[in-house]
Amino acid sequence: MSDAMTALNGASMQGPVAAVREAALQGMVLLRGDLADETLAAVVKDLTGCDLPGQREMVQAGNTAVAWMSPDELLLLVPYEEAGTTVASLSQALEGVYHLAVDVSDARALFRISGEGAREVLARLCPVDLSPAAFGPGEMRRSRLAQVPAAFWIDETGTISLVCFRSVAGYAFGALSAAAESGPVNFL
Amino acid sequence: MLILQCPYCGIQCDETELAPGGQAHLKRHGPGSSDEDFEAYLFDRDNPMGVHFERWRHANGCGKWFLAARCTTTLEVFGTYSAQTTEPPAEIADRIRARRPNWEGRT
Ligand SMILES: [Zn+2]
Repeated sequence: MSDAMTALNGASMQGPVAAVREAALQGMVLLRGDLADETLAAVVKDLTGCDLPGQREMVQAGNTAVAWMSPDELLLLVPYEEAGTTVASLSQALEGVYHLAVDVSDARALFRISGEGAREVLARLCPVDLSPAAFGPGEMRRSRLAQVPAAFWIDETGTISLVCFRSVAGYAFGALSAAAESGPVNFL
Repeated sequence: MLILQCPYCGIQCDETELAPGGQAHLKRHGPGSSDEDFEAYLFDRDNPMGVHFERWRHANGCGKWFLAARCTTTLEVFGTYSAQTTEPPAEIADRIRARRPNWEGRT
């Protein structure tokens, strides 16, 4: 069997105030269903240890996380090797409950933007208020990264993680790198 | 630049995060309806200077369709609401009347 590889083989760049790098393989499971359904909430809690996130929220528990993507969609972040078994467990536990569970790990690319200027790098590409007052840890934000859709969140250390489609990974890395190339504006 | 709040995410969406879907509240007539009804569904569109209702999709976001009431001349937004409705909700109509006393309602 061939080895699983990320889209850009861990590409990275260092700018004056922020660094961009492609993260290691990350398990991602897309779960669609009725988020008000108690069975669904219980199954997600059981599998990931996370309570169901509210609107735009992201709940973390150890090395797993559950993010709210839309009124009927969640993204489960699990270790890469566990994505397949997570889907199987979901399908089994949700038998008879309306849902759709798909392993999308290999259909996505994940980037980390770190450093003092991380927020500014993203602010140059996304129509989003990235000031600390408006955007902080615990929120999953879907938006537009230059010309492609993306979703991102920020952790306590100020590192931003960004997910996009694998097919546009090269474009996303190029856009992020270009934005990280210049110095700070110190607007945020 | 237009900023609309997605009723599903609660995000104040920049126009570039959205995809436009044309006029809202079009009625598609069912089986047995006349050719005129179908033609009107396909082609008849309002083009008002003033209050207008539109469909928008949060394309670079949750992906859901929603409806918006706004003024085409001033870009004032009266509100956004669920796409699962055939008429603007009462609170949207009230807000429009408060700002545009001469508004005659949807015709
Ligand atoms: Zn939305």
